[in-house]
Amino acid sequence: MALYSEKVMDHFRNPRNVGIIEDADGIGEVGNAKCGDIMKIYLKIENDIIVDAKFETFGCASAIASSSMATELIKGKPVSEALALTNQAVVQALDGLPAPKIHCSVLAEEAIKKALQDYCEKNGVEYSHNSYEGQPS
Amino acid sequence: MNIYLDNAATTKMSRTAIDAMLPYMDAVYGNPSSLHSAGQTAAEALTRARQQISHCIGASPEEIIFTSGGSEADNQAIISAAQIGRKKGKSHIVSTAFEHHAVLHTLKKMEKEGFEITLLDVHENGVVLPDQVEAAIRDDTCLVTVMYANNEIGTIQPIEEIGRICRARNVLFHTDAVQAAGQLEINVKEQNIDMLSLAAHKFHGPKGIGILYAKKGAALTPLIQGGAQERGRRAGTENIPGIMGMAAALEEACAHMGDNSRRLRVLRDQLIAGLTHIPHSILNGDAEKRLPNNVNFCFEGIEGESLLLLLDDKGICASSGSACTSGSLDPSHVLLAIGRVHDVAHGSLRLTLSAENTEEQITYTIKAVKEAVEYLRSISPVWRDLVSGKRDFIIK
Repeated sequence: MALYSEKVMDHFRNPRNVGIIEDADGIGEVGNAKCGDIMKIYLKIENDIIVDAKFETFGCASAIASSSMATELIKGKPVSEALALTNQAVVQALDGLPAPKIHCSVLAEEAIKKALQDYCEKNGVEYSHNSYEGQPS
Repeated sequence: MNIYLDNAATTKMSRTAIDAMLPYMDAVYGNPSSLHSAGQTAAEALTRARQQISHCIGASPEEIIFTSGGSEADNQAIISAAQIGRKKGKSHIVSTAFEHHAVLHTLKKMEKEGFEITLLDVHENGVVLPDQVEAAIRDDTCLVTVMYANNEIGTIQPIEEIGRICRARNVLFHTDAVQAAGQLEINVKEQNIDMLSLAAHKFHGPKGIGILYAKKGAALTPLIQGGAQERGRRAGTENIPGIMGMAAALEEACAHMGDNSRRLRVLRDQLIAGLTHIPHSILNGDAEKRLPNNVNFCFEGIEGESLLLLLDDKGICASSGSACTSGSLDPSHVLLAIGRVHDVAHGSLRLTLSAENTEEQITYTIKAVKEAVEYLRSISPVWRDLVSGKRDFIIK
């Protein structure tokens, strides 16, 4: 299908990091079934580093590919870097998305931020998109 | 395996249709409006095709207008009926909530021009009742337009009864028969139809050609201004190759309709039976009053576009009514009209057969759909919530 890039199709057909983390340090769910997209991200964070990320997605191919790519982009990264993830970075890494599908990448960014916010709240760390002050790694 | 199960979108052209077209893209290239022999040869072919087509639907040749397809025919039928109504001071139109967009969007346009539109409910089984039409007709009703068979869920409407009611109440009756042609009997006289739309590419003919049948005396408003072709009702040099292909395809489809429909119904019911075994799935539309080639399901907990792409990877061409495939934020208006909620309508799958499909393909398809649905559910947070009881199943 020429609708999507090879990268999108690869991440749709063989999504990375599918599943859940039972003892996740942060969980974020965004979207709703009415609109046809739900993403749920699970993060395992040790010493301020995202040591594991998993996702479950209800949605179209680009939603699945966006969650797969977003989890890849933040795995092994410090929380501050993950917080700086933008939907454009996800789109770029996927070699582009069709215009009506850009919102899938936005959902992926939001899901990750929500999971990080959950982590911050649980650990008494101040959460802010711009100035994250986490534990030194 | 390469399995085409999207015949409601379009069909493969039949050899007969292609062969009927070839001479008119080659040796016979005259313009039927020309007086010389090259033109007159084309004009004779045009007359012949018009006769063939009118014969297939029980009309007279002069009642057939060639159009660019079903959408143009629907547009012209509604706009013409509205014009006729306006002259008589009638400005009310009755239709259904799940018509094709070619009808619904034209009705929207007429609404902006001052017409009042009543869209009838089609119930959970996707069938409108003649009584509803009877009750909706008012003194100022100028048109009833109800499709013969629905393009997404394949449900067949009681058009003969609706036509009878319209005739008794002296209201024009139009039917979009685009999906029905080649699968269901069409006889405009017996079925009390005043106007009817057809598109060749739905019955193994070429794309870009269709017809509008309009009962003798129904004054049509031309959508395209220009020459006097089609008795002044549709300007522009006729698409002779398309018309020849359409006539041949329709004749062929009608000749084999009985045998094909019987065979397709068996395959359709095998497919329905197989897919019903997938838990929390539901057939959309009446199981009996449906086109011999149509299967349409909703699967809870998944989204249709990803299902389509997985099936495409397995060689199966299908269609869905999810928002991602409809090009809007909402899922199919047809599924919403039969009462499917958004969450469920996003997980729809339409499989539409043709005479080329085999039992082996149906078996393969059932297995492929089952696997794809199971896989997508395994990565779906919605499915997890449904199974764990956090969310209630909508499809039991």
